[in-house]
Amino acid sequence: MDFELNKKQKDIQKAAREFAQGELKDIARDCDLNETFPPELIRKAGELGFLGAFIPEQYGGAGLGFLEHAIILEEFWKVDPGLGQQLCSTTFGSEEFILFGTEEQKQKYLPPLASGEAMMGFAITEPDAGSDTSSASTSAQETEHGYIMNGSKTMIGNGTVGRYLVVFALSDPDNESRAQRHSIFVVETDTPGYEATRLHGKMGLRASDTASIFFSGLKLPKEALIGTRGKGFYQLMQFFDRSRAYVAAHGVGLAQGAMDLAIKHVKGRVQFGRKIASFQATQFKIAEMATRIELARTLTHKACSLLDKGKSDSKVTSMAKMNAARTAVEVVDEALQLHGGYGYFNDQDVERFYRAAKVLELYEGAKEIEKIIIGRHVLGRY
Amino acid sequence: MDIIVCVKRVPFTQEVDLEIDKSGKSIVTDGLAYVINDWDGYAVEEAILLKERIGGNVIAVTVGSEDDEEVLRRALAMGADRAIRIDTCGRSLDGLVVAKAVAAAIKGFPLDLVLTGVQADDDNQAVVGIMLAEIMGLSHAAVVRGIEPEEGSLKVRVELEGGIDEIRQVKLPALLTIQSGINEPRYVSVMGIRKAAKKELKVIGIDELGLSEADLALATEIEEVYLPPETGGAEMLSGDPSKLARAVIEIMRRKGVAV
Repeated sequence: MDFELNKKQKDIQKAAREFAQGELKDIARDCDLNETFPPELIRKAGELGFLGAFIPEQYGGAGLGFLEHAIILEEFWKVDPGLGQQLCSTTFGSEEFILFGTEEQKQKYLPPLASGEAMMGFAITEPDAGSDTSSASTSAQETEHGYIMNGSKTMIGNGTVGRYLVVFALSDPDNESRAQRHSIFVVETDTPGYEATRLHGKMGLRASDTASIFFSGLKLPKEALIGTRGKGFYQLMQFFDRSRAYVAAHGVGLAQGAMDLAIKHVKGRVQFGRKIASFQATQFKIAEMATRIELARTLTHKACSLLDKGKSDSKVTSMAKMNAARTAVEVVDEALQLHGGYGYFNDQDVERFYRAAKVLELYEGAKEIEKIIIGRHVLGRY
Repeated sequence: MDIIVCVKRVPFTQEVDLEIDKSGKSIVTDGLAYVINDWDGYAVEEAILLKERIGGNVIAVTVGSEDDEEVLRRALAMGADRAIRIDTCGRSLDGLVVAKAVAAAIKGFPLDLVLTGVQADDDNQAVVGIMLAEIMGLSHAAVVRGIEPEEGSLKVRVELEGGIDEIRQVKLPALLTIQSGINEPRYVSVMGIRKAAKKELKVIGIDELGLSEADLALATEIEEVYLPPETGGAEMLSGDPSKLARAVIEIMRRKGVAV
């Protein structure tokens, strides 16, 4: 058992750190305030190989693993969760192409993602189907030439800026099993019948694009189906087994970034005639934060390493994601506490981190869903 | 153009409260993050820009331990062709010994240009580059902030005191110490890191370079390292920001800063 990153992974970590310091740091606050991100940032990150590091080399990717992807994302989130999320989101759902796509789909859709030329998203959530994904009612009705899609999705990353999305849709409503009624399709967003509206007013991660989308009689060719008809739910679960592992890295990065801000603050702030870092109350907080982050990172790296060894483990992945998200929420709370009243103003970065944290316990599976998965694995039959 | 670029790994000390260690001759390095010396990052970029422009070969060289290979891998990832680490074999070194070791390690290499940073972030001595030029008998220029290749020579822009630059013609082979800001160093890419793993990184012990004990003897010795004593002299201003700004400008004028 080796708990140390190898040389290549350490070099990638440093490279991502330098990129984040150089390209994200100075624009982060404005991007958050204005709910925007510079499109050229995606291109730059793509050219340097920081997007979707798990995309195989033959499809233009870096050909690395989920661990490397997680390492890069942690560095980005450490500097700014909002832009970190945007840089993660552009390849979100590309796992469906890698795992289940045809050779044509892989060649068409993966290279533009890796280079940063195109962005994608995964349209799963619907107004009436959140955690209950198998209730999704966006329909994909088979026709002579393909499918017709109708319905709506909400809270979808890159809905307004993505070139294509993979969409979880109801293709076989009459199947007896709720888990065999759905399929996954690739939808190009310039297809007639596609409409997206950007959602405003998010609490955090405001730099990243989130939209409501509507499909009205959108025509899809037969080749738009990814994987197997009726197996969409299983394909979706396999996606979550991967994405949750690197979403855990979002939480690790956010927590580390928040603690770094707190450390900087307590070493500079003087109260009662001494640096507040010298108070044991402060030291205990920092000690607890640092320990929790170390644990969250270790579990995240374990989940990612297992995936890279081909041993997908829903339990460990869910644990990693749930724990990292909780760590982020609790660490950023203490980090803001250490800033005192200053932390409540948006000229302090910790304010932005605080607002960003909560979504980690909501998206990519609410923590309750992760608990269900973990509980089921641990308890087994009863 | 055959270019050698010298790099050093240094602790990242910005925003770090340094501590003096028990010996009183060094700092506590536990927990410090390490980076490529800032000036050397510019030197590597300049070497690669020259190679991309007129062709050639770039070799990155460092003196240090295995951990220091990180900066060589970084140079390789940026585009250097191969790298050499001179292992210290457990010896303490000073600037002169480092210069002698590098000179011995690259002796006989086809060579048009050696680039180093002006100085290193850690000890700020700014001696290795020019001593290396002297030992190797190379023409040199220090604090260079612009390079224009010409036939058999380089036109270089050298930074002088007081914001004045001098344009100088330097015959090849030459050594230049590179000033920060000469270019904008590229980011290290994931693809670059992958390529770097396949490039040659050779390790030579300082004891295998044919240097005598006299050559390896330290010419300088650190007697004491201390934190600068806190001094007075700070003038605290308070009041309305517009008046404060005026007061600051007035002080700057008084001290001779052009405002």
